[in-house]
Amino acid sequence: MIEYALLFAFGCYGIALLFNLYRVVVAPGVPDRILALDTMAINMIALLTLFGIRQGSAMYFEATLLFAMVGFVSTVAYAKFMLRGNIIE
Amino acid sequence: MDLFFEILVTALLVISGIFGFVGSYGLVKLPEPMTRLHAPTKAATLGVGSVLIASMIYFAWFNGHVSWHELLITLFIFLTAPVTGLMIAKANIFRHWSKEELPPTGAGTGWATLSDAPSLMDDGADSRLKHEGD
Repeated sequence: MIEYALLFAFGCYGIALLFNLYRVVVAPGVPDRILALDTMAINMIALLTLFGIRQGSAMYFEATLLFAMVGFVSTVAYAKFMLRGNIIE
Repeated sequence: MDLFFEILVTALLVISGIFGFVGSYGLVKLPEPMTRLHAPTKAATLGVGSVLIASMIYFAWFNGHVSWHELLITLFIFLTAPVTGLMIAKANIFRHWSKEELPPTGAGTGWATLSDAPSLMDDGADSRLKHEGD
């Protein structure tokens, strides 16, 4: 039963990543692209955790944590660059 | 008991998948930039949150070792999601709105993204200093 639920969740997050990719390519403004990239990072966190459950190994949590941190820092850097034209003043 | 935990993990995984999908679908579907900001936060909190709880229950019950990494990731995401939301909203205001279009703040000062910080002369600091000196 867990196998089928995992497959369902993989499919959902895969389609969600495709939606995000569409939003990165076709967007009305730059903040939308930043938001789509941030959502991509969050969906990747979920996908990595699902893959860890499927493999039955706890090795993927470090990758997940790294992904969360890098995604946060990159989003803040993009938004800061849009606000000030500079990242570290 | 095995069946109970299996159903629990399955339900959490399905809920998380639905929320992740809805969050990204809202990102494509919703009409305005500020409303589009609303949708992915659902994926960030409920979607990723229930995936991590499902993983925690799965490893605790079926693999026999409790791991606290998931709680750490959940905590990190719950701390950082509002910060990224605020930064993107500020960038949105900065790019697409002018000072006249924004609704009034009701606080005597303008929006922090577009206005200067309030002057110290306006908040009665001078009169307070005078009374303390007496």
